[in-house]
Amino acid sequence: MANCLRDVPSRSPAATGVDGMPRVTYLSPSGVAHSVDVRAGDSVMQGAIANGIDGIVAECGGSASCATCHVYVDEAFLPLVGEVSPVEDEMLDFAASERQPNSRLGCQIAVTAGLDGLVVTLPERQV
Amino acid sequence: MAAATTLIIGASHAGVQTAASLRDNGYDGRIVMISDEAHLPYHRPPLSKTLAKPGGAALQVLRSARFFEDRRIEFVPDTRIATLAPNERRVVTADGAVIDYDALVLATGARPLVPPIPGRDLDGVMTLRSLDDALRLGEALQGADHVAIIGGGMIGLEFAAVAAGEGRQVTVIEAAPRILGRAVSAETADQLAAEHRRRGVTIVTGDSVLAIEGQTRVSAVVTKAGLRVPADLVLIAVGAIANAELAGDIGIGNREGIQVDTGLATAVPGIYAVGDCAHHPNTHAGASMRIESVQNATDQGRTVAAALTGGKARYTALPWFWSDQYELKLQIAGITQGHDLAVSRRDGPDGRLTVFCFRRGRLVGVESINNARTHMAARRLLGAGMTITAAQAADPDFDIGAAAKLIAAAE
Ligand SMILES: Cc1cc2nc3c(=O)[nH]c(=O)nc-3n(C[C@H](O)[C@H](O)[C@H](O)COP(=O)(O)OP(=O)(O)OC[C@H]3O[C@@H](n4cnc5c(N)ncnc54)[C@H](O)[C@@H]3O)c2cc1C
Ligand code: FES
Repeated sequence: MANCLRDVPSRSPAATGVDGMPRVTYLSPSGVAHSVDVRAGDSVMQGAIANGIDGIVAECGGSASCATCHVYVDEAFLPLVGEVSPVEDEMLDFAASERQPNSRLGCQIAVTAGLDGLVVTLPERQV
Repeated sequence: MAAATTLIIGASHAGVQTAASLRDNGYDGRIVMISDEAHLPYHRPPLSKTLAKPGGAALQVLRSARFFEDRRIEFVPDTRIATLAPNERRVVTADGAVIDYDALVLATGARPLVPPIPGRDLDGVMTLRSLDDALRLGEALQGADHVAIIGGGMIGLEFAAVAAGEGRQVTVIEAAPRILGRAVSAETADQLAAEHRRRGVTIVTGDSVLAIEGQTRVSAVVTKAGLRVPADLVLIAVGAIANAELAGDIGIGNREGIQVDTGLATAVPGIYAVGDCAHHPNTHAGASMRIESVQNATDQGRTVAAALTGGKARYTALPWFWSDQYELKLQIAGITQGHDLAVSRRDGPDGRLTVFCFRRGRLVGVESINNARTHMAARRLLGAGMTITAAQAADPDFDIGAAAKLIAAAE
């Protein structure tokens, strides 16, 4: 996986679905939208980091150990983002911003082609 | 007048957080972050968990190039700082280039300790700290049948789990009477050791490596007690030593690390140290120490950024740590070293282990395995300066999660 050893080049928000990359929209707590293309297979957390999006801290780098990649998943996509594992479930209970029924850890959602158009809202605080 | 410059040496967990927090706090001067590595700053923990496998997982960058550009953080890779000139407030690179600063943050981290074992220079003998190390190790693992790991600490055991998971014959050799002696309670260490043995790893304790044998490549390691363990790959993982030489040259560092106060300032005006290299007074341990963890690196980065932007500047954050081995996730809240009482309990149908560690009657740390709820609750409780009694810890009906929620509600 040599191509994984580089940072993902950032792409212009206008270039929808470049190379068939799924597009994810990150909404800031105040509602500002950032739509970016995320490499299929990357997590929602990695998509934010690769594109320099504020509001995802990701202290543990995706091992479900910090709960600083908390996102609220748009209701329409909830059935598509997969199950919450027991560890994730317990971490979410103690996230810095209040858990909602649509709370997930961004590092535990893999962005697949089927999630093209995904919208997540970032919480007020991650730490 | 030129804008003030904050210069950060080392671009890893501590250095990057310092830079990011400076901008979060509205710092408007120049930020220059120097790294002697070639890569964008990356997460180190996955190196021993997912990266050091044949065809390992993807590199996880801490922040993207775009993040640094957007925030005017000048990231300079492949550059080593060779000298500090504090009177002139400048540093000199190994190539002789001079960089001036107003504030200097040393985030130089640590490197593997390599004891003078004969044979340590043979091919196939490795250490693990950097991405390059992990890639080399993963490649070597591909062609190895017998893996010997010198040192039963976190990194050694995590790599043991990776190698055993790849079907290799793995032996861990630990000089102390048990693995993880410095890091966790006996109860927790025993559970982890049991899991390694169940997975086929041989753990040798109370014995040390006398020599590493081989012609040009390693073929075996020989122990004091006379064991001869065949090995075509050896990982030396006996701990780390602070990169404190730069600081040592100007009298603020030694083998123990770079000495700082609770505000993470060294004795030289304008110079601070954060992360693995910083020997700091830790309010939770009640002692001066170095801590090697992501939490410590990032929270110290936040603290020094606050100090440099005129805010709160005392490092008081609660230590926490995690390690992943097989399907076990060990999490530690607080500092359990030096406890005088350990109360362990097993919860739920699968008997998940939690060890509550007390020192002089106060709860100082909690180790838990596959129990994120207990871990997060303990972080909240300890972070709020609360304690529980040993009797509560032992009581199966006592729910630390509920206790922590009460604190949150009261806040
Ligand atoms: C394999 C491994 C697994 C780990 N797993 C975990 C874990 O599961 N959980 C956890 O909490 N912690 C873990 N840790 C510890 C954690 O990674 C460290 O605590 C953290 O990396 C410390 O960050 P730092 O920025 O202080 O130092 P470092 O990450 O060591 O970075 C220091 C940087 O400074 C550079 N540098 C040094 N001197 C100079 C110089 N003179 N000029 C230029 N650059 C210089 C170094 O090359 C390095 O890039 C692990 C560490 C390793 C090695
Ligand atoms: S990045 Fe730490 S829990 Fe997701």
